[in-house]
Amino acid sequence: MKPKNQRLALIAAALVALVGAVLLAMLGLKEQAAYFLTPADIAAGQAVEGRAMRLGGMVEKGSVVRLPDGVSIRFIVTDGKARTPVAFRGIVPDLFREGSGVVAEGRMSGSTFIADTILAKHDERYMPPQLGDLQAEHKAGKTLDK
Amino acid sequence: MIAEAGLASLWLAAGLAALQLILATLSFRGAIDSGRQMRGVAIVQGVLGLISFVMLLLVFARTDLSVALVAANSHSAKPFIYKVAAAWGNHEGSMLLWVTVLAVAGAILALYSRRTSERTLVAALGAQAALALGFYTFLLTASNPFTRLFPAPLEGQGFNPLLQDPGLAFHPPTLYFGYVGLSVAFSLAVGALFTGEVDSRLARAMRPWVLGAWVLLTLGITAGSYWAYYELGWGGWWFWDPVENASLMPWLAATALLHSINVLAARGALKAWTMMLAVIAFSMSMVGTFLVRSGVLTSVHAFAIDPQRGAFLLVLLALYVGAAFTLFAVRAPALREGAPFELVSRETGLVVNNLILSVILGTVFVGTLYPLFIEAVSGEKLSVGAPYFNAVAGPLALVLAMLVGVGPLLSWRREGRPVLRRLVVPALVGATMLAITILVAPAIGLLSRAALAVGMYLIAASVVPLVSRNPFRAPLATWGMVVAHMGMGVALVGAAANAAFTQERLAVAQLGETLKVGPWLVQLQSVRPTAGKNWTALEAELLASRGQGRLTLRPQTRYFTSPQAETNEAAIETFWNGQLYTVLGKQDPSGGWQLRLWWKPFVTLIWLGGAMIALGGAVAMAGRIRRRRRAARNEWLRR
Repeated sequence: MKPKNQRLALIAAALVALVGAVLLAMLGLKEQAAYFLTPADIAAGQAVEGRAMRLGGMVEKGSVVRLPDGVSIRFIVTDGKARTPVAFRGIVPDLFREGSGVVAEGRMSGSTFIADTILAKHDERYMPPQLGDLQAEHKAGKTLDK
Repeated sequence: MIAEAGLASLWLAAGLAALQLILATLSFRGAIDSGRQMRGVAIVQGVLGLISFVMLLLVFARTDLSVALVAANSHSAKPFIYKVAAAWGNHEGSMLLWVTVLAVAGAILALYSRRTSERTLVAALGAQAALALGFYTFLLTASNPFTRLFPAPLEGQGFNPLLQDPGLAFHPPTLYFGYVGLSVAFSLAVGALFTGEVDSRLARAMRPWVLGAWVLLTLGITAGSYWAYYELGWGGWWFWDPVENASLMPWLAATALLHSINVLAARGALKAWTMMLAVIAFSMSMVGTFLVRSGVLTSVHAFAIDPQRGAFLLVLLALYVGAAFTLFAVRAPALREGAPFELVSRETGLVVNNLILSVILGTVFVGTLYPLFIEAVSGEKLSVGAPYFNAVAGPLALVLAMLVGVGPLLSWRREGRPVLRRLVVPALVGATMLAITILVAPAIGLLSRAALAVGMYLIAASVVPLVSRNPFRAPLATWGMVVAHMGMGVALVGAAANAAFTQERLAVAQLGETLKVGPWLVQLQSVRPTAGKNWTALEAELLASRGQGRLTLRPQTRYFTSPQAETNEAAIETFWNGQLYTVLGKQDPSGGWQLRLWWKPFVTLIWLGGAMIALGGAVAMAGRIRRRRRAARNEWLRR
């Protein structure tokens, strides 16, 4: 191959790789991106059954129920506007408490959210920004209620 | 006084960086000839940066609570090593470490670089000074680590317990050395683009930096993965957390650069391509670090900081990356074409390697930034996690692994000996593995099965370059390549075995009750309180038995007092064929204890593979140093 053609071939290959990467990524994202929803979003019908998503909100006071097997729990996540029941099997994170913030990863099954993973607020300085917003909203809501 | 001394040397270093940039600009324009002076300035700047960081270490070592940063991140009752490690376990300190390494790297470049022309070196030192200057400005105006607090509090606020682990002491500095080592490759590329001297001399000057940075990144990522595995107690080794991607992206770019730089050094080809990769590799380091550190991405590594600082970092990032890409776009067309090569040749093999790595990098990049983009555009919040990355990057990695076996057998420039015949045995090894998994474990996932077969094939194929020649006369660089490629196969097999064969048991056990997981019977014997220097804990005693063998594991739940937090300390026992991983959960109202047990066959191969990859890089580096020494000695003897 002549050097000039070779350079063209290399540029073409690089472009194909770039476009390929973006197409591949878009295709994958369409299938796999998990939307972050609140109970109000779910009540509005935004959740697609069986698709991976994240649910964020507050664990409602008095809603945590332990099932007889000792490792499954059910609780309700609320954002002050709507409530979503959640089922989870596993060891809950250390700072999972009633009345505090939570983000659950999983999918909707009927009207219940089946959580695979639960992330709780860990320590104030290492809080995920998404949860930070929610708590601020929650606090703002509280003060308004009062 | 120590804090003030640190701050003063930081200011001085910033001044010298500005001077270095001015000198570089002037001498590049031909107004003055200041190569020697610039080297001196760069070296002094590196020393001052180092002094500043040592001062920060000192205030942390002495727990000087009148320094705001110490008061916010340390505590007098903390073990000494974590007092020191806390110096870089926070936003300001980690930024200071970053800029210190940047300055020291510039000093080393000034001290030792003899390979490039003086003009290119001057331009490169100017680029390095421009990088450092931006971060000095950031530290001094928005993120001063030496700010005093008056009155000094009686006690510090403590330090995130998750970070109180020996892993923390070495993991971030290792990664930082890797990230910032790439800054020199970036500066050299920028310098060479200015002077137009992109040739094999430049590649040889750049190579040790790329290789060294790549070895450290590999080590840092491997160590970080193992740290997350045992510290988080979730039994996973890679979570596709944005910060993990932040370290993976520069690693992928550096891996591509490492391969293309050899083409440039040996054959003078792929000039523009290699310069592009050098720019991308360090840009990815900056994108990674600053996206994470600026707090825009959701991550455990996101230190909560005020948005102004985040904006400062993002502007800095956009400025550097934008300038470098503009320079590339302007100057690259003027580069002369490289040496030609045929379609079937090692050059083509390395181009394909680069393309696949770039596609993986692109998909990881898009996946990591997509949530930000969507939130900015539509306000919708979403997260992109393991399902996406595994589905997209997994198959690409397998294709890459197949070709890694082929590439080293190709000849430079033209088609050499037939290649496929030499891969018959590795192909048979892979096929045998495939047959075995189909017979023994028909139910495992397609990707895991393919990864097991491809991994075994690659382990066999990686040694082929040593066969049919005397392996002990092969250059060390070849040995390094073989070890690194084999490491990739080993890591693949480990990851696939863990994904396919892990057995998990989650249940409540009463005292004396026995649970079964994989080949193990695990009996809960007792749960007792225990205490450390700044924590108390509940510790379970588990008696595990398999056949005749018996052993005791002691997983804990720790309660830290300052700041208040709970962490799980998993108890892990390693065997040649896997790990038994145990986590203690909460107490059940019935009085039993939640236990989470995993039997993970061959999981350790993941980190063994990572260590082999790093070792391969180190061996190749040793080989190059030895060769250079020999060449120097021969020249001396000839005189």
